[in-house]
Amino acid sequence: MTAVALPIAARLRRGASRSRLGLLLDAVFSSGLFVGTFLGVLALGLLLWTVYDRGWERLASDPSGFFANFVSRFPARAGIKAALYGTAWLMGLTALFSFPIGVGAAVYLEEFAPRNRLTSFVEANIANLAGVPSVVYGILGLGVFVRFMRMGPSLLAGGLTLALMSLPLIIIAARESLRAVPVSIRLAAYALGATKWQAVRHHVLPAAMPGTMTGVILSLSRAIGETAPLIVIGAAVSIFNTPDDVRDPFSALPVLIFNWTSRPQPAFAEAAAAAGIVLLAMLLAMNTVAIFLRKRFATRW
Amino acid sequence: MRRLGGRGIRWGAVSLALALVLAGCGGDDDGGGTAGTGGAGEQHTLSGSISIDGSSTVAPVSEAIAEEFRKDHSAVNVSVGTSGTGGGFKKFCANEIDIADASRPIKDEEKEACAAAGVDFTEFRVGLDGLAIVTSAQNEFLQCLSIEQLATIFKDGGASTWNQVDPKFPNQKIAIFAPGSDSGTYDFFVEEVLGDPKKPESLKPRSDYTASEDDNTLVQGIKGEKNSWGYFGFAYFNENKNVLKAIKVSGKDGKCVEPSDATVESGDYPLSRPLFIYVKKSALARPEVKEFVRFYLETTPEIITDVGYTAAPEEDYKSGLDQLK
Repeated sequence: MTAVALPIAARLRRGASRSRLGLLLDAVFSSGLFVGTFLGVLALGLLLWTVYDRGWERLASDPSGFFANFVSRFPARAGIKAALYGTAWLMGLTALFSFPIGVGAAVYLEEFAPRNRLTSFVEANIANLAGVPSVVYGILGLGVFVRFMRMGPSLLAGGLTLALMSLPLIIIAARESLRAVPVSIRLAAYALGATKWQAVRHHVLPAAMPGTMTGVILSLSRAIGETAPLIVIGAAVSIFNTPDDVRDPFSALPVLIFNWTSRPQPAFAEAAAAAGIVLLAMLLAMNTVAIFLRKRFATRW
Repeated sequence: MRRLGGRGIRWGAVSLALALVLAGCGGDDDGGGTAGTGGAGEQHTLSGSISIDGSSTVAPVSEAIAEEFRKDHSAVNVSVGTSGTGGGFKKFCANEIDIADASRPIKDEEKEACAAAGVDFTEFRVGLDGLAIVTSAQNEFLQCLSIEQLATIFKDGGASTWNQVDPKFPNQKIAIFAPGSDSGTYDFFVEEVLGDPKKPESLKPRSDYTASEDDNTLVQGIKGEKNSWGYFGFAYFNENKNVLKAIKVSGKDGKCVEPSDATVESGDYPLSRPLFIYVKKSALARPEVKEFVRFYLETTPEIITDVGYTAAPEEDYKSGLDQLK
């Protein structure tokens, strides 16, 4: 690239800004970018189509049974009830734990933390944690929540593990949106005699909420699609009752899908695809809420 | 300076809304208490929970049993996990679960771990899983292979073309699709064909082949390649009979045996592994666990073919039931 680009830069400097080569390169570059964008959409489309193609028939043929039945050795009778409840519980618990802690950490780091070595050490670690593979959080969850804190492979352990996994992303997203609130808002609050806490609580935080919520929901939707950490902490595949409280063992949609795809009977692969449709629908619904919040409540300064 | 605002935080409502997701999914099913000590003996009042974990091979059997068991005992909550045989024993010996599913007998070091934690257990053989040696349905020359020939294919530095296995075979590259080294199927095959990996005289397995932990992926690879070779559970062959061909295996007596439920059960087919459940003795004292295990041993012969495995010889179940008494 540079070999070609350099002479053009030289030409531009000479004033031949509208040279044909320049225009050609312009076209090549922008169509390259378009192809790049399009490939992403194409991959998504292909994924949606494959899942739809393999699973829709199974889902549409007996939707009530698919949602209301527990697992079965007969793929035609197998349903996702326990896994669906498990995933819904996990979502709620993960949100419950990660939202206050994540937003609290972001507010502290952005508004209150002194600029010192310790703070920058914490900041660097949060950024690094965001890149840690999810299975590592599973190992952590197994060691700390399941074993050490004796929670067993319960919903509580699963929710805490997923919350831990979501935290770095939530903190980063919340900090970004706090940072986007102009200083003038804070200064105006101080000018009227507000304390720092009052300025944050009444002005900065509400203004940053849409962006924060978007970040929370997106990281939640990443969390509910996770399989590895749940398998590591010992989520069940076959369970024949829905959880009553957070101490109960649980199953989850990704775990069930993973298990069904590895079964010998091809009909289980169809059931897995059908469960995939349900999971995708949940993810898309959550992302839609995120987009709605951003569009509806976003403040322009 | 920092005075805490006393009144209700408005944006807290948003997090509350998220928390309400919880409320939307309150369980509506049979509650089921935790300890089923009451009403011992009375079948219909059994309650409590039974936690099973371990081999993903055995899990479908346990799942099928649990499915049938809950028809009569809906207040007993059974959960089946798939941490793998090794992972299951770890939890079993750490006193975290009641029953361990296993696709191999317990190892000595696992026994020691159980003993150290004071976990006393009983082993029950619940079925057999035949290992199918397969090639593509398009392949014509492969009919029967001996254990020695299997070793030639799978040992480290082994045959790369088929005529090195048998001079009568064509000079074609062998395309191997086999389970990866994390798989229990791999462990079993290596031990049976190449010898106990702990013994120095045993052959080392090769690693230059297409490996996958997902048997369905292996099926896809093998069916598309005329000179392919691989192995996996009999159930995966059975579901793909139209695109795969099972190669007969000859044992010590030199007789070629086709894998089938009959030859696996009789023990004529040389490559089949036993499937086990290990039950904690302290758990067996609980009526719901005892009844579940009894039901397991009585029902397995009827349902095990539904999940693709072969029933163990009848004596195995009988002696298991005797041990329960």
